[in-house]
Amino acid sequence: MLFLRPVFGRAGRRTGGPLVNRWALLAIPVLIFLLVGFLAPLLIMAVRSVTDLPAGSEGDPLTNFRRFFGGEANLRVLGNTFFIAGLSTVGCLLIGYPYAYLMRLASPRWAGLLLIAVLVPFWSSLLVRTYAWQVILRDTGLINSTLRGWGIINQPLDLYQTTTGVLLGMTQILLPFMVLPLFTTMARIDPELTKAAANLGASPTRAFLRVFFPLSVPGVLAGSLLVFVLALGFYITPALLGSPKNTMLSAFIATRVQQQLDWGLASAMAMVLVAITLVVLFLASRVIRVRDVFGALDAE
Amino acid sequence: MGEAGSWRSPHRLALLALGVATVIFLVGPMLVVIPMSFTGAKILSWPPVGFSFQWYAKMLEDPQWSRGFLNSMQVATLTAIVSTILGTLAALGIVRGRFPGKGIANALILSPLIVPVIIIAIGFFAFYSITRLTGSLPGLVLAHTALAVPFVVINVGTVLRTMDRNLELAAASLGADPVRTFWRVTFPIILPGVFAGALFAFITSWDEVVVSIFMTSTRFRTLPVEMWEQVRQVVDPTVAAVATVVMVVTTTLLLFVLVARRRVPVR
Repeated sequence: MLFLRPVFGRAGRRTGGPLVNRWALLAIPVLIFLLVGFLAPLLIMAVRSVTDLPAGSEGDPLTNFRRFFGGEANLRVLGNTFFIAGLSTVGCLLIGYPYAYLMRLASPRWAGLLLIAVLVPFWSSLLVRTYAWQVILRDTGLINSTLRGWGIINQPLDLYQTTTGVLLGMTQILLPFMVLPLFTTMARIDPELTKAAANLGASPTRAFLRVFFPLSVPGVLAGSLLVFVLALGFYITPALLGSPKNTMLSAFIATRVQQQLDWGLASAMAMVLVAITLVVLFLASRVIRVRDVFGALDAE
Repeated sequence: MGEAGSWRSPHRLALLALGVATVIFLVGPMLVVIPMSFTGAKILSWPPVGFSFQWYAKMLEDPQWSRGFLNSMQVATLTAIVSTILGTLAALGIVRGRFPGKGIANALILSPLIVPVIIIAIGFFAFYSITRLTGSLPGLVLAHTALAVPFVVINVGTVLRTMDRNLELAAASLGADPVRTFWRVTFPIILPGVFAGALFAFITSWDEVVVSIFMTSTRFRTLPVEMWEQVRQVVDPTVAAVATVVMVVTTTLLLFVLVARRRVPVR
């Protein structure tokens, strides 16, 4: 089961035998493809961030980075990106932990059904789900119409194009990325351990807090870091459910490219986003196996 | 794994209630789109009024939707084919191969899942404009393949890891050469993984918006890009009808995967 080690993890190498065998040849096509078709575009951006300089920059290669970190609006967007990503992560954890725990307690058949409830949205179109949230959050949407119908409110609640709306949508969309690693970790916890705690006189609450929860912490960390990293790069959902006031970094980068054709600044921002992602991921790779999450259907 | 403790205890009941609420939170929002698509009203407001196929009719009348649908089908099918071939080879190479730098190779293969998609999108855009591939079918297929390949590698790799290699040894000891052993023994065993990988690759491409926004042009648009343009400009429920169609396609394919997965001979 140790296939595909964590990203940036150490390569497993067995001792003895030849260093290279013939099977290795089969990996060459995809590696060439990704080097040319995936890595090269990213490297070009890295280069552009220091070579596409605006007029009057006197050839200082860090001009774009200075422009980014020097602009108050830019820093606000960066702060907002962290804020929304952080709150989405907390939201996913609060909702996801009890759910994964329920999956762990349920019989295999029920756990399977609960898993499907996670996998169907996981694999459904992001755009469709965001659109659905529009239908729900609009002033004449599901929530406001229902509450008005029941006479609870007179004025529509401010949901659409607010941070609240973005958070609701992002939490729902990212929830599977929290539940799957949590459940994978919890499923590996030996049920005999909590039973032993109970036999030794621990109350169920105490057994949970002292035995089960500490053992589930790797899953909590894995899920949280994964959700956080993915949330940092969210584009579609904040663009459709939010407003210019709470723009996140991705939308900000897209605007620099699409409307201002400012490739230098956009590339510099992209590099900042990549750097943040890599740092968080490097920390994550200590505890997470990426495969557990994306090979979602193996989560048993 | 039925565990000690009754489902009638207050703790368990509370947990169960939370679970039900979470299922509604996970699945409910998507389902809202379906009744919306059958509304008889002219605007996108809840609740839907009456029942009508008008938005489906409008979707079929508008050539942009049918063109988008066909473009998406084409791109997703080609992406599935290319990434399944590349990804299956890669899984064999990674799982069974031995070579220095395998960890780095792994990281490279998985990295499209982690790098923020907007960065991939504008990177591709800049890169493919140099090669004049933006706004073309091959350009988009290549871009989607980079995003889809990891899913094929993961799915095929999992089956390869768990299959019983004694079966291959048996075939070899009975006189089958390596090529024959592969096609007659190994391939049939990993086939469900290949199949699941191919469907995931298809779904990845079928649902993909961000890279597509940058890699398509007004002459060549996929369905999600068409939706993206419409959602931001017009608020009529046609998009709800399109979203329902998109969802039906994805969910059907996902059910195929779940069925295929059941047949994987594990260990």
